Amino acid sequence: MILTPQTFDQIFPIAKLWLLGFVPAGAQPLASAILSVVPVLIAFPLLFAITTWLERKGLGRMQNRLGPNRTGPFGLLQPIADAVKSLTKEDIVPITADHVVHFLAPLVLVAAAFLAYAVLPIGRNMVIVNMNAGVLFFFAIGSTVELSVFMAGWSSRSKYSLLGAMRAVAQMISYEIPMVLATIVIIMQAGSLSTVSIVDKQAGYTGIFPHWYVFTPWGIVGFALFMIAATAESNRSPFDLPEGESEIIAGYYIEYSGFKFALFFLGEYLGMFATSGLAITLFLGGWSAPFSFLAWIPSYVWFFAKLLVLIAAFIWIRGTLPRLRMDQLMNLAWQYVLPMALINMLVAGIWHFMPTGPARWLVCTALLAAPCILLSLALKRKQRFQVRTYRFAE
Amino acid sequence: MTVSFLILAVLTVAGMAAAMGLRNAVHCVLALTVGFAGVAALYLQLGAQFVGFTQIMVYVGAVAILAVFAIMMTHSPTPVQLPAYSSRWAWGIVVAAAVFSVLAWAIRSGTASSQVLPPQPDIDVQQIGEALMHRFVLPLEIMGLLLTAALIGAVVIAMDRKEEPK
Amino acid sequence: MVGEGILKGLAETARNFFGSYVSKERLTTLQYPEERLPQIEAARSFPFLVFDGSDWHQGMRCVACQICEKECPPKCILIKKSADKKPDAVGKPQFYPAVFAIDISVCMSCQICVEVCPFDAIKMDVDYDLPTDDRFGGLLFDKHRLAKSNQYYHQIHPTEAAAVDAALAEARTKVEAKAKVAAEARAAAEAKPAPAPQAQPADGESR
Repeated sequence: MILTPQTFDQIFPIAKLWLLGFVPAGAQPLASAILSVVPVLIAFPLLFAITTWLERKGLGRMQNRLGPNRTGPFGLLQPIADAVKSLTKEDIVPITADHVVHFLAPLVLVAAAFLAYAVLPIGRNMVIVNMNAGVLFFFAIGSTVELSVFMAGWSSRSKYSLLGAMRAVAQMISYEIPMVLATIVIIMQAGSLSTVSIVDKQAGYTGIFPHWYVFTPWGIVGFALFMIAATAESNRSPFDLPEGESEIIAGYYIEYSGFKFALFFLGEYLGMFATSGLAITLFLGGWSAPFSFLAWIPSYVWFFAKLLVLIAAFIWIRGTLPRLRMDQLMNLAWQYVLPMALINMLVAGIWHFMPTGPARWLVCTALLAAPCILLSLALKRKQRFQVRTYRFAE
Repeated sequence: MTVSFLILAVLTVAGMAAAMGLRNAVHCVLALTVGFAGVAALYLQLGAQFVGFTQIMVYVGAVAILAVFAIMMTHSPTPVQLPAYSSRWAWGIVVAAAVFSVLAWAIRSGTASSQVLPPQPDIDVQQIGEALMHRFVLPLEIMGLLLTAALIGAVVIAMDRKEEPK
Repeated sequence: MVGEGILKGLAETARNFFGSYVSKERLTTLQYPEERLPQIEAARSFPFLVFDGSDWHQGMRCVACQICEKECPPKCILIKKSADKKPDAVGKPQFYPAVFAIDISVCMSCQICVEVCPFDAIKMDVDYDLPTDDRFGGLLFDKHRLAKSNQYYHQIHPTEAAAVDAALAEARTKVEAKAKVAAEARAAAEAKPAPAPQAQPADGESR
C-alpha cells in the first residue's frame, strides 16, 4: 500500500473493505452495516466526554477560575470520574411516577440522537447511509426528540417536571420551523436533499477560496439563524430555561438520577453534535478544506476540526449570554428568527436568478441587512415598561 | 410477505390496538405514536422515502405532540378507573366486522392486487416537488390556505383580550 | 449598532479566557491546601499559651491566676491550680496550672482572655486549619496542645511579640534593679553591724 495523502484520507473505507473480506458473502450486508455504525457509536460518545471536560475548563477560564484540575493532570480524567459517579448513584424513581414511560424516555432520546448521525458525511465516502432524502430524515428524527422530552416530563408526575416539559416542547417546536426554513435555502441552491451531494457541491475551489455556502449573503444569515435554532433545539444556554439549573432546578429531568440522568445529558450533547454536524454539512462545506492548499489533510480531520470550532462557539456563547426568559425566547423565535428565515429564502431566490457579479452581492446584502436592522430596532422599541395589569385580582 | 413486513405489521397493529385498549390517556397516545412509526416504516419498506420521513415528521413530531399537549392541559395525572370495555361490545363487533368486510372486498376487487406490477422507478424528491408545483399546485395552495386559516383562528381564540392600558 | 451588546460581551469573555493564562488578576483562584492567603498581623483564631525557652512546662508564663477563666464570656477555659510551686522566669516560685483546657468549639475568639492576662501568658493564635473527626474530645485542647513557644509567637505576630518582649524585659530589669538595690541595702545593713563587734577586737579575739 502506497502511503499517499489519498490513503490517509480513505483509511476508514479501506479498512472496512479489508475487514469485510473476512466475512462470508451471506453476512456481508449485516457486517457492513455494523462496521459502519460502530465507529460512530465510539467516536461521538468519546467526543461527548472530551466536550464535558472542554466545557468545564473553558467556562471556568471565562469566569476567571480554574476548571477541574484535581482528577488527573489538568483534570483530564474528570469525565471518567463523572461516569463512575453516574453509574454508582442510586436510581431513584418516585412512587407515583409512571415507571414504564419513565424508563423509556432517556432511551428514546438517545436512540433518536444516535439515529441522526446516519446521514452526516464525516469524510469523503464516509457516510453511513446515503439517502436521497437525507436532510428530511434528519429533521424527522429531530422531531422525535420532543416526544422523549414530553415523556420524561410527564412520567415524573411532578409539577416542576411537567412545567419544564411543556416549556421545553413549546421551545423546541417553535425553533424547529426556522431551522427547517434555514435549511430550505441550502436545498434550493444545491438542488438535492442528499447530504452527500450537498457537500460535493461545496467541495470545489475558485483559486484558493472554497465554494462553501456560508460565504454568500444568504448563506451567512442562514448559518446564523440555523445556529440560533440549533442552540434552542438542544436546550442550551442561553435557551436553557426548561432545564434552568437555578430556576426550576432541572426542569423535565428533575426526577432522574444516576445513569438515566447521564443518558439525558448524553442525548442532549449528541443532539448538539448532530445539529452542528448538519450545520457543517450544509453551510461550512462538510469535510472539505478551507483553502485548496490544505486539501492534503484528511477529510475527517477537517470535519472534526470544524465540529470542535462550533463546540467552542457554543461554550463561548454559554459563558457570555444570560438566560432568556420564556416569553423573550418565544418572541425571538416567532417575531425575529422566523421572518428573517422567510426573507432569507426570498433573497436566496433572487440570488439564484440574478447574473453573477458584484451586483447580486450588493443587492442581496442590502435586502438582508435592512430587515435585520429594522426588525431589531422594532423589537427593541417594544420594550417600554407598561403599567402592570392583573387579570384576576381586580 | 417478508419477515420485515410481518414484524412491522404486527408492531403497527399492536400499537393501534394498545392505543384503543389502554386505560391511561398518555399511554394511549404513546402507543398511537408507535403505530405511526410502524406505518412510516412500512412506507420506507415500500421505497417511498419522502412519504415515510414526512409521516414521521408530521405524525410523530407534530400530531402526537399536539395530542399530548391536549392531554397535558386537560387531564388529571391519575388515570380514571373506568371499565375498559363498554357494555355494548357485541354490537361493536358486528359493526367492525361489517366495515372490515367492505374494505377487504374493495381492496381485493381493485386492480392493484390482481396484476403483478412492473417495478416502479425510484421517485426522488425532485420529481415529487415538480409534480406538486405543476400538476398538483391547486390542491397545494388550497391546503396552505386552510392551514393558514386554522393557524390564525387558533391564535385568535387563544389570544387573551388585553384591556387598554390605564 | 444592532447586536453591539452581545459582541461586547463576547469580547469580554474572550479577554477573560485568554487573560487567565497570562495575568493573575484574571485568574483569582487560590488552590487551597497548597496555596493559602497571607493573613494580616492582627488575625486571630483561638488562644494559645506562650512559653519562654525550650521546655514547654518549665518556661510557661501562666501562673494560674484564673482571671481569664473568670472573664471568658462563654466560659470555655478550665483551670485547676497546682498544689506546689515552680520557679518562673526570674526565679520566683509561682503556682502553675495543673489543668488548662480550652474548648475551641465554644470559644468565640473575642480575645478578652488575652486582654486581661497580666502575665502575657495567653495570646491569640492564627491557625484555622483545625479539623478533627473526634466530635467530643478532638476540639478540647489541653495544656500541652495549647503551649507554643515564644519564637512561634514572634513568627505570627512580630510587632506584638516584640512589644511584649520589650515590656517583659523592661519589667524584668526593673525587678532586677529593685532586687539589686534591695540586695545592696541588705548587704549594707549586714555590713553596718559588723564594725560594731570589730570596735573591740581585743576582747573578741582574746576570748
